[in-house]
Amino acid sequence: MINLSRLLKIAKQRILRNPYNSIAAIFVLFLAFSISGAFVLVTASSSALLHYFESKPEVTAFLKDNATGAQVKKIQQKLDGTGVVSKTRYVSKEEALQIYKERNKNEPLLTQFVTADILPASIEVSTYKLTDMTKVEEILKNEPTVEEVVYEKDIVNTLTNWSNTIRFAGGGIVAFLLFTSFLITLIVIGLNISIHQDEIEIMKLVGATSGYIRTPFIFEGIFYGAFSGFLATILLFIIFLLASPTLNKTFSGIAILPPTPLTFTFLLLGELLVGAAIGVVGSLVATKKYLST
Amino acid sequence: MIVFKEVSKLYASVEALADFSIEIDNGEFIFLVGPSGAGKSTLLKLIIREEIPSRGTVFVDGEEVSKIPASQVPHLRRKVGTVFQDFKLLTQRTVAENVAFPLEILGLPDDEIEKTTLEILKLVSLEDKADSFPSQLSGGEAQRTAIARAMVLRPEIILADEPTGNLDSGSAWEVMQLLAKLNSLGTTVVMATHNIDISSSLPNRKLELQSGRLVKDSKQKSKAASKKEK
Repeated sequence: MINLSRLLKIAKQRILRNPYNSIAAIFVLFLAFSISGAFVLVTASSSALLHYFESKPEVTAFLKDNATGAQVKKIQQKLDGTGVVSKTRYVSKEEALQIYKERNKNEPLLTQFVTADILPASIEVSTYKLTDMTKVEEILKNEPTVEEVVYEKDIVNTLTNWSNTIRFAGGGIVAFLLFTSFLITLIVIGLNISIHQDEIEIMKLVGATSGYIRTPFIFEGIFYGAFSGFLATILLFIIFLLASPTLNKTFSGIAILPPTPLTFTFLLLGELLVGAAIGVVGSLVATKKYLST
Repeated sequence: MIVFKEVSKLYASVEALADFSIEIDNGEFIFLVGPSGAGKSTLLKLIIREEIPSRGTVFVDGEEVSKIPASQVPHLRRKVGTVFQDFKLLTQRTVAENVAFPLEILGLPDDEIEKTTLEILKLVSLEDKADSFPSQLSGGEAQRTAIARAMVLRPEIILADEPTGNLDSGSAWEVMQLLAKLNSLGTTVVMATHNIDISSSLPNRKLELQSGRLVKDSKQKSKAASKKEK
């Protein structure tokens, strides 16, 4: 029966006795996993951002200054009658001023000379579906008391395009980097096999099974992959922690950033698993290729 | 018992062994003698399936070696200990660790490995060198370490390929005594050598090879002589 702790010891000795090989392997895999991990996070964030806008379809109709309460009520009733509207809300000039002041509370210059008179009242309309916003827009545009209609159609379109681009380009880059990682593992393990050729020959002569000879190399591959994945997650965590104040400011109110511990736990598990899997496959291919000769 | 039946081994167009047939009984100590390139090492490699015959068959303990599945080859090699001219010791491991290596491969518990290793080191008088590395040993000590490793699994057969080739005469005789001691304990020993002094000074069976062919078998000769006497 194979004693795994002995084989782990052999793998550990080989890693420590060839420090330059080991450091080179870890460094290259760490870079690949860091970039791959960053793409995964960016893709996840853009998807979350898109989902946020998609799940909150909202059309805002800015009203002319002469719009009366009765006219506003009539518009709201008309919208409710369509059956596609989940909620309507009237925002008076005074409320608009409050909102404006709240958003710019850190910029006193911007709020100093603004009064309720210069801000338009508006109706905020939420729909159940993103696709219904065009219908609502048409209704509102035809209302004589409505000055302008805005909604996140463009934002959603832009985000969708960005999200798809990131997903495809990111997917391609991640696949390329993972393949490179596999090749690096294969080369480093292959190099270690050639360094230990004499030892392997002796192992075979004294009756070591193929599994006994291969297993330490596979452990070595797993270590390179998993350890690099671990380091990459730590780096990404630090970068996102440092960047989170800026990101929070940019995406205020949207719950995608800063990354939660849960996100990073999944990322860590993913990096460890993918790293270990690449290590296993790379070292298996290397042992198959170099040990059989 | 080791049996070679009309075995030939070709490397490209060179015939390393040609139509070779012998039987080696259990408990025998035989010398394979002949010049370099005579086919001695090839013969040993065929026994442990480091090579496969181009023609003919090799049997070890009744099993046809070339028909043993690849997964079972390690088991064959555990039955056959090997000793080489260049010792083939693991340079990063101590004497004790080298000797213990085949036991580790078997997955034996640490205390059993330690006990067996110490017994074998005592048998080859190397217990005081247990913690030395191969680079700190004399040629004779290194070869005794290799013999200790070859015998640690108590194999039925020991193959020694020029085990005295790199040794001074004193160390060479020490190694010979050790192999003779193992043989007296019942182990079959097959030793390839071109050291005429050693092979001719001992009464063991000798197989003389030249250009891959068996040119003389002292056992056949003695059989023929005793037949003539009758």
